[in-house]
Amino acid sequence: MKFINYLEKINGISIYPIISLVLFLTIFVVVVIYALRASDKTISEMENLPLDEN
Amino acid sequence: MELEKFSYDNRIPKLFAIATITWGVVGMLAGVIAAFQLAFPALNLGIEYTTFGRLRPVHTNAVIFAFVGNAIFTAVYYSLPRLLKTPMWNNTLSKIHFWGWQLIIVAAAITLLAGYTTSKEYAELEWPIDIAITVIWVIFGVNMMGTILTRRERHLYVAIWFYLASWVTVAMLHIVNSFELPYSALKSYSWFAGVQDALVQWWYGHNAVAFFLTTPFLGMMYYFLPKAANRPIYSYRLSIIHFWSLIFIYIWAGPHHLLYTALPEWAQALGTTLSLMLLLPSWGGMLNGLFTLRGAWDKVREDPVLKFIVVAVICYGMATFEGPMLSLKNVNAISHYSDWTVAHVHIGALGWNGFLTFGMLYWLLPRLFNTKLYSTKLATTHFLIGTLGIILYAVPMYWAAFRTYFMMSAFTPEGQLQYQFIDVVQSMVPFYALRGIGGTIYLIGVLLMVYNLIKTAKSGKFVAREEASAAPLTKTYTAPKKAHWHSLIERKPVMLLVLSFIAVAIGGLVEMVPTFLVKENVPTIASVKPYTPLELHGRDIYIKEGCNNCHTQMIRPFRYEVARYGDYSKAGEFVYDFPHLWGSKRTGPDLARIGGKYPDSWHFNHMLEPTSMAPGSVMPPYPWLFEKELNIGSTNSKIHAMRKLGVPYEKGYEAQAVADLKKQAQKISDNLAKEKIKIPSDREIVALIAYLQRLGTDIKASKISGK
Repeated sequence: MKFINYLEKINGISIYPIISLVLFLTIFVVVVIYALRASDKTISEMENLPLDEN
Repeated sequence: MELEKFSYDNRIPKLFAIATITWGVVGMLAGVIAAFQLAFPALNLGIEYTTFGRLRPVHTNAVIFAFVGNAIFTAVYYSLPRLLKTPMWNNTLSKIHFWGWQLIIVAAAITLLAGYTTSKEYAELEWPIDIAITVIWVIFGVNMMGTILTRRERHLYVAIWFYLASWVTVAMLHIVNSFELPYSALKSYSWFAGVQDALVQWWYGHNAVAFFLTTPFLGMMYYFLPKAANRPIYSYRLSIIHFWSLIFIYIWAGPHHLLYTALPEWAQALGTTLSLMLLLPSWGGMLNGLFTLRGAWDKVREDPVLKFIVVAVICYGMATFEGPMLSLKNVNAISHYSDWTVAHVHIGALGWNGFLTFGMLYWLLPRLFNTKLYSTKLATTHFLIGTLGIILYAVPMYWAAFRTYFMMSAFTPEGQLQYQFIDVVQSMVPFYALRGIGGTIYLIGVLLMVYNLIKTAKSGKFVAREEASAAPLTKTYTAPKKAHWHSLIERKPVMLLVLSFIAVAIGGLVEMVPTFLVKENVPTIASVKPYTPLELHGRDIYIKEGCNNCHTQMIRPFRYEVARYGDYSKAGEFVYDFPHLWGSKRTGPDLARIGGKYPDSWHFNHMLEPTSMAPGSVMPPYPWLFEKELNIGSTNSKIHAMRKLGVPYEKGYEAQAVADLKKQAQKISDNLAKEKIKIPSDREIVALIAYLQRLGTDIKASKISGK
């Protein structure tokens, strides 16, 4: 029920911020590569979605 | 392929739009009154329900969850069916969502004014309402997913990604931050204590700003800006990058609210770094919005809708530039606890949320009523005085913040603090008044809009349903040969939902797990003991009256803070604080080490008439605390709940608690009698004095043991 600190110590805590940075950068690079490689046709189809209503 | 006929429902968006406008006026009015209360304490009216400590949460909750919340729902219920070419999935769920949300708002206003608050900022509502919010939020999500799954448009437009990510993240934040143990029908204690509670709270607080005030509004920008300008968004590629990097970074930045506090150093560093990186996707989004108007700026000159949206997007850019700057430790040293933060959030709230909502309403209402806007001129006037209101609000607050910093940190050549805290308070009063005027002007603009929109509605006829037709989705879909993996995600909403959840959950876990699981991060201090029953009651009164809205309990390690308030705060001092009461704004002085600084009689007189002890104080008097009897009936359940949360009260202490409480109360009452003050020992004020006199005294008693 109550809230406990399960570990007494943690080693190599500095790895946590590094994990977050690496994870983010990986996602970012992948997304950028995708966005740049997406075909113009798809993009124009997508960006016109809000305007294409009847 | 054969076209299917269906219709878009306009009744629910209309209801949400009316609610947006109504709660907007109420929330802003509460804000204006609260603003003037700081300049003129008489406006607290001497009754408990209208004091600043209770009104401020009403203002923040009304603006965030009632005004902005209903604006989001208006946008979603209008744009989602149209982007997906299908009606909302279930009209009954839509209605339950609408009425349930309004009921929650009413319950929130009543309970907050009555003093039922958890004290956690932007999550002040107590546990029954927290549960209601969860239920309604799930209904909203089910309705949204149902609509997405029955769509006739294969691809999900970027606005829908923002809606989905907002939904899933807000659900996660609300549930984690609302972990609390009820001890009565309307009251509970936070599951977490001290540092951990603060970390969860600001992980929530920051991301409530991110995923309630920002990402749904970016969805609105990506829908309504192209509609209003009648041209597609500048770069759809940029919007993809904008989306993923924004939701991924936002979630890590929470610790920047706790710089220089007792939070572990590495967590503060993580918060700062990720906050700085946040600038890039935010500005990517802003530029994407502004560049959409390239070659069409002449339209902005004429169309009030575009004017509002453009200034909203610019304010978004300003606030998201300021945010990362405020996360730098040296800037934060100045801004934290000051009016700078207040100015910063109001650039966001008045500029970004307010103006984007107004733009949407001016665009939407004429369409719902199949007519033209009643007066473009009036809308332009609204735009002008609204902008003036923002400037008049923000400039005095920035000025006040720097003035506060320079006065607070000034030392005489002899090494003494140059100014008393009260000197700073008094020099702030004119700025508080100016800020109130700025807010009033902004509100007048909103009232103009209300008039304009009512006139517009009356001049037209409400279109309850809009007929439409589209081809159904084919069951078997073969992606084009060169299709990319991301287009797969765009077609699969559930996958998008799961992936965005993973993105935000990893952020939350990495940020919180170490501080949560590791004992070393919260060094224990042997002399820190649990509160006595009377002090516990006093602490709950402190929370009920919302003292934490103006008083912090967290001394940062600066010379001018240590000299003013005493030794800086340590993580181990807060292990029995369910919830933490660090606060975020110092309108009054820090109270972390107030215990023993003044005699009981000082607190007695000060609570009855603050200016008698501190001439020039803007604190309201609290006369009802001297009349109300302490509710000792709840003592046992409080002790019981605290033990369940891990506070080491001995087994069976409940039997003794009330006797202990009475003994301590009698001692304070006797103490006051010595100074010719007569007060029965069973009054609330006695408990509050006991709590205030306890604050920070544990650590004065001895040195830190262990670490």
